[in-house]
Amino acid sequence: MSDGRPGAADEPRGGHAPHLIRIFAIWAVLSAIAGPLFYLLVGPHLPPGHMTSAASGDAWDLNVVTTMAIIVVLGVWTYFGYCLVTWRSSRVVGEPVVGRWGRGNLLVQTSWITITTLAVMGLFVFGTIELIVPAGAGGGEGPNPVWTPHTKNPLVVQVIAQQWLFTYRYPSFGGFETTQLILPDHTAIAFHVTSLDVIHDFWAYQLGVKADANPDYDNVAYTTTQQLGHFVVRCDELCGIWHGAMFDYGSIVPKAKFLSWATASENRLAPVTKLLPPFAWTYTPSANGAGGGFYPACATGQVTNCDPFGNVATYGGAAKQSAHETA
Amino acid sequence: MGRTARLGVFFSLLGIAIGLCVFTAMAWIGSAPPTVSFASSQPKGAPVQLHLQTVGAIGTGAHPDWVSYLTQEPDGHWVGTTEWDIPASTVVDVTLDEYDSGSPLRNEYLGLVGAATVGGAPGEGGVIGGLENVNGKAVRVVDGYSGNGIAHTFSVPDLGINVPLPGVDGSSSKFCSEPAPCPTSALHNVITFSFKTPASGVYRWQCFIPCGLSYLYGNGGPMATAGYMAGFIKVVS
Repeated sequence: MSDGRPGAADEPRGGHAPHLIRIFAIWAVLSAIAGPLFYLLVGPHLPPGHMTSAASGDAWDLNVVTTMAIIVVLGVWTYFGYCLVTWRSSRVVGEPVVGRWGRGNLLVQTSWITITTLAVMGLFVFGTIELIVPAGAGGGEGPNPVWTPHTKNPLVVQVIAQQWLFTYRYPSFGGFETTQLILPDHTAIAFHVTSLDVIHDFWAYQLGVKADANPDYDNVAYTTTQQLGHFVVRCDELCGIWHGAMFDYGSIVPKAKFLSWATASENRLAPVTKLLPPFAWTYTPSANGAGGGFYPACATGQVTNCDPFGNVATYGGAAKQSAHETA
Repeated sequence: MGRTARLGVFFSLLGIAIGLCVFTAMAWIGSAPPTVSFASSQPKGAPVQLHLQTVGAIGTGAHPDWVSYLTQEPDGHWVGTTEWDIPASTVVDVTLDEYDSGSPLRNEYLGLVGAATVGGAPGEGGVIGGLENVNGKAVRVVDGYSGNGIAHTFSVPDLGINVPLPGVDGSSSKFCSEPAPCPTSALHNVITFSFKTPASGVYRWQCFIPCGLSYLYGNGGPMATAGYMAGFIKVVS
């Protein structure tokens, strides 16, 4: 029966509103159940874990984004499922009703554009903020980071990549160099990542830290340790034939144990430390061959901003002082 | 061109392509360095005597100007290889005759015995006693800026082994300039050290000194080719 409106004869009996309301209601109920369940039960166990503030930030970001994705997927599945059940061929006689409803519906169109735009822009804004805020992505922030940790005394650990090995220098402890990456618990860490040859990438997955190691470049990544345990370091830039063998292990240990280890290593490695160049943010080795040498770029004047944070020495002093006070 | 002719051309080209692939694969397989076995010839439990040479240019083969390691087989014959079968849980006494010239290191840290260690503390484990002997003198750290510098290292990161090899005077009239193996009359350093093999497994070893001159950052060519400055220790039970 026509109600006199143009095309009203094409309108399905009962109109479209009940269908949309039903679909929305089913989706809302499913989302209200599945979203919180995933966020609360699965989310806390998502990688990369909670060994550091950056890792926790990554895990939380992943939790939020995955929960949002679940809600979107439920919306799509609910729509598909509703259509399959409601308008399956055995329940509809003849061809599906189209007419003007098949040519467009302003409410549906605007709703679709609005909802998808909000979802995409919301995730874009969320992701952008999470990349910037402290302990966000934990990636390399470069030599001039947009934010620095609130603490003035992060432990500086220099990551030196070379084909095909990572070594680490601890400037707060005499600048000794080692293949062991040991970090104190509940401490702000400033990783200063550089390379002696090609481009490498320092990827400590469980720490939520990933920073490219470029020659002549001091790439900075911050994090704060918050859980004891072991982690794996891998090179994540294809850097030559033994790239696959360029991995290492590290540990987060209690502060007292770290200080004990660092002090012992400083003393034990003193014979080789005295052969190393003075600590610098980058080093400029010869580009070709073994006859290189290992020159601090600061000493050659190629890098002028050699002390961007001015806190290299203070961490060790403060930490040692703290240890003495505790003792 | 008829259909049959077109099919003939297609299958001919396909056959040529397959042949080229097989030839390339076989050539690559055939180019792998031979493996010297110390597992079969060794009395059970007895230390393995591993005798190696490092030379500035191997003088023969596809890359005569490449720097290389050589291995002495149990019968005394020298071969240009870096792959060995060694029994598990066995002490390996290494004697290394170093005939190449040296230089300062790109990273002087690698002058420390045991420096290139994955996971563990440098200098602990790996080389027995944490020392190498250079011409009979026990050494823990080699200064790349003193003497003739460091020519190469023998490094097995997974086993905590890093042995810097002091170089010789490249301008000496006794510098080895003939095809490898170099004679003992040529100028060389004798480096000895020992390590114990773990359980069975395959362990990569390499020189950590970028000695592939004329290659990008010195790590191409011989540094990236098994049989020259890198190889595998196959520990067999």
